[in-house]
Amino acid sequence: MTKNYLLEIGLEEMPAHVVTNSINQLAQKTAKFLKDNRISFSEIDKYSTPRRLAIIVKDMDEKQKDIDIKAKGPSKKIAQDADGNWTKAAQGFARGQGMTAGDIFFEELKGVEYAYIQKHETGKDVADVLKDITEVITSLTFPTRMRWANFDFEYIRPIHWLVSLLDSQEVPIKILDVDSGRMTRGHRFLGEDVEIDNVRDYVDDLRGQFVLVDAKERKDLISSQIETIAQDNDWVVDVDPDLLEEVNNLVEYPTTFHGKFDRKYLEIPEEVLITSMKDNQRYFYVRNKSGELEPDFISVRNGNSEHLENVIQGNEKVLVARLEDADFFFKEDQSKTIQDYVNKLKTVNFHVKIGTMYEKMQRVHQISDHLATLFGLSDQERKDLLRASDIYKFDLVTSMVDEFPELQGVMGEKYASIMGETNGVAKAVREHYMPISAEGDLPSTKVGATLAIANKLDSLITFYAVGLIPSGSNDPYALRRQAYGIVRILDDNNWSMNLNDLQDFIAANLKVPDNLNLSEHSDELIQFMIDRVRQLLNTTSIKNDIIDAVTSGSNIDPVAMVDTAKVLQSHSADLEFKAVIEALGRVVNLAQKAGFKYSDELKMDDSLFENPSEKSLNEKVAAIYTSQPDSAEKLYDRLAALKESINSYFEENMIMDKDEKIKNNRLTQLVITNHLIAKLGDLSKIVVK
Amino acid sequence: MTKKLNVQNMILTLQKFWGDKGCMLMQAYDTEKGAGTMSPYTFLRAIGPEHWNAAYVEPSRRPADGRYGENPNRLYQHHQFQVVMKPAPKDIQEYYLDSLRALGIEPLEHDIRFVEDNWENPSMGCAGVGWEVWLDGMEVTQFTYFQQVGGLQCHPVTSEITYGVERLASYIQDVNSVYDLEWGDGVLYGDIFKEPEYEHSKYSFEESNQDMLFKFFNDYEKEANRLIDLGLVHPAYDYILKCSHTFNLLDARGAVSVTERAAFLSRIRRMAHKVATAFVEERKKRGFPLLPNDDPAKEKVND
Repeated sequence: MTKNYLLEIGLEEMPAHVVTNSINQLAQKTAKFLKDNRISFSEIDKYSTPRRLAIIVKDMDEKQKDIDIKAKGPSKKIAQDADGNWTKAAQGFARGQGMTAGDIFFEELKGVEYAYIQKHETGKDVADVLKDITEVITSLTFPTRMRWANFDFEYIRPIHWLVSLLDSQEVPIKILDVDSGRMTRGHRFLGEDVEIDNVRDYVDDLRGQFVLVDAKERKDLISSQIETIAQDNDWVVDVDPDLLEEVNNLVEYPTTFHGKFDRKYLEIPEEVLITSMKDNQRYFYVRNKSGELEPDFISVRNGNSEHLENVIQGNEKVLVARLEDADFFFKEDQSKTIQDYVNKLKTVNFHVKIGTMYEKMQRVHQISDHLATLFGLSDQERKDLLRASDIYKFDLVTSMVDEFPELQGVMGEKYASIMGETNGVAKAVREHYMPISAEGDLPSTKVGATLAIANKLDSLITFYAVGLIPSGSNDPYALRRQAYGIVRILDDNNWSMNLNDLQDFIAANLKVPDNLNLSEHSDELIQFMIDRVRQLLNTTSIKNDIIDAVTSGSNIDPVAMVDTAKVLQSHSADLEFKAVIEALGRVVNLAQKAGFKYSDELKMDDSLFENPSEKSLNEKVAAIYTSQPDSAEKLYDRLAALKESINSYFEENMIMDKDEKIKNNRLTQLVITNHLIAKLGDLSKIVVK
Repeated sequence: MTKKLNVQNMILTLQKFWGDKGCMLMQAYDTEKGAGTMSPYTFLRAIGPEHWNAAYVEPSRRPADGRYGENPNRLYQHHQFQVVMKPAPKDIQEYYLDSLRALGIEPLEHDIRFVEDNWENPSMGCAGVGWEVWLDGMEVTQFTYFQQVGGLQCHPVTSEITYGVERLASYIQDVNSVYDLEWGDGVLYGDIFKEPEYEHSKYSFEESNQDMLFKFFNDYEKEANRLIDLGLVHPAYDYILKCSHTFNLLDARGAVSVTERAAFLSRIRRMAHKVATAFVEERKKRGFPLLPNDDPAKEKVND
């Protein structure tokens, strides 16, 4: 016969966000504990509320499985003396195994005889094994832990009760001053303590005490209650799964209700209303069928529907107080000008070591000006961009953003529009934060995209300049996300931006405080950016060797790298791909050994040509230079077309000729050719079989 | 709720309730401070091994929150009803809920929830774990188990319950503005506090003498450090409180830049840590008088 085991840990209210993770841990760690202890079972059911974590292990063996153990002891030389008597060592070994020396036998292992004991261990009762389940309970990990009373022990919240029951039999365990039993507690206000007779009664007994212990049942109930309210009122409710999860873990017995606020507050920007309701009060906001916000909200009480009118009234009052504040801030903020706020930014630090927000905006203005030309922005776009770069952080010092920091950028756009800025400027003020997560949405306008790049570049450059460089998982200023954001925006707009050139421009033009050395870590920063290009390419199906190749070339331009990778990937299926790469690879190898580097001054001397293949390659390469292929595809095609010429060149000519002049002329040919190839990447990294 | 408690009766009810639970009823401490936690009856008593159960009303000054008496909920000075019990009783949450019942707030008629909120006061080296208590969606109480005070680990752990007096009273009396609360005998909160609110706001935001305050801060800091070295813990602590309030005044005036802000806070934190350490030393010299005789820590001291 099999058995079911119930473990319930009763606690003071846990933080909503740890409940699900904790119950998952408890189930996983219990499964491992049972497996390690040779107890089989069919499944583990999980139950959780803010005040309890519980599992029911189903269909467990009554006993551990028996096992046969062969224990190895000392070598025969040590186990027996010269007369064949058992030594103390042998007797000790046998005793340690719960046997006597007479049970010892010898077996050879790698040419030496050793003492062994064979024993059969009968499995313990499952109840005995479960006494050690406390080690599972204490092994749970939490984001924050606390001590309480006089104890040194740390846990998520103080433990108040433990239920440990095998079918109807108690399995006594103890943690600190808490002894387990069969008594559990009902809902804090509606329920009472209740004794669980048998594991199978657990869920229903608690239901009788106003605790819905199955989190999924609770969640489904909340969802359907919201659905009913929405239908009754002709509302559309977009139920945010994270909010639902949080609310679900704040209640043991949910009753959903709705309240309202005066329509006049709808004049406050929607984002502010939503933040007040959703983030501050954990309410669900509602819209009408045409998508407009309604002056109503839905919330969930931890209790039944009695006296619900008090709860509704109280919640309405709290929300109105918040909206009253927001309304005050909204009006108050509009009594000042953008210039007032910009001036205030002179006293707000971007970072202690770097300087003020105002100074940051000045630098971003310079970078934006440069990028506007580089990206070919129209006159109007350039005008909007430069205006936006002068003001884009202004909302940080408004009362509304002070109160609701998560609305930075959003309020900036609102206020900028109200205060007479163009749509382009207003939008850029909001969009400069984008993407706000690794895979978040990108700016939708060119002005916003350029400002976003300029703002992020400035952060990267200045943090690197003062040595605040991300290492491992330590990246407090989210520089990785910002660099990745730049790469994604460039890729999205297909904007070419050579990082070396940019670095040169910045080092030469950017006004920074004296303590900032813009060139000190610039190589590391470029590598950091290139690694983000790799990160982007890794999200595609492009092969690793191609990614390695394009990120090691001479053209330090994210968009060019991405394009080249796509071109090489698509050609890698060509029949002649292997031959092309090999031919170009021969040029690369010898050019790298030439002992001199490419420069514009390098010239071929055709008077030194001895074979027709020299003239032919020279003309073809020169033609590529003249035509200046403007895409990776064209460049690849032109270089691939050199395959035959290169092969004949190597067949007919001895590169390392005895005549120094001829040798140098030929090496020059290869260096000039390689200069074109390197724009694609380091092709020697491509694997061709 | 059948009868609506005025503010003074609400306070009396809480005092009676917690007095019956074994708390000493202390009086407000007479140096300016930003929160009940900074009273020596909490800050100093939360560290070291000695037991301590106390309840008191603490007027708390937050210059930056002043609104010239015009905002219905924000105040230069509000009142906290503070309960500290050390070690935290096992049933402290139930005690708290019973105290709400004593105030006429029957949990079955409302929605009461414990929502995670870990409290921190970095400038005093304090950190705790706990909740804000929601009454029908309104935060009426901060409930904290102290883990660290003045940079020292708390052992045993103190439970701190901080009722927002005006918040709770607004709920009980069902008014929309604190100024409409009845304090006692028909006298309204506004009759007493509206004028000082206006004047303190005017002073904090417009009239305070910054040069004088900067000088005060430096002098208070010097004095506090000197007194700590002399083992004069309590006078030293008073000067740290004065530093903290002086800083708050400067901050409200916008006189402290973001960079300086961090530096000021770390100066206060250093003093708070020193005074906390000195307090435990001084109590140890006295044999930790408030330790129960059967406490193992007591024997250690006597060894």
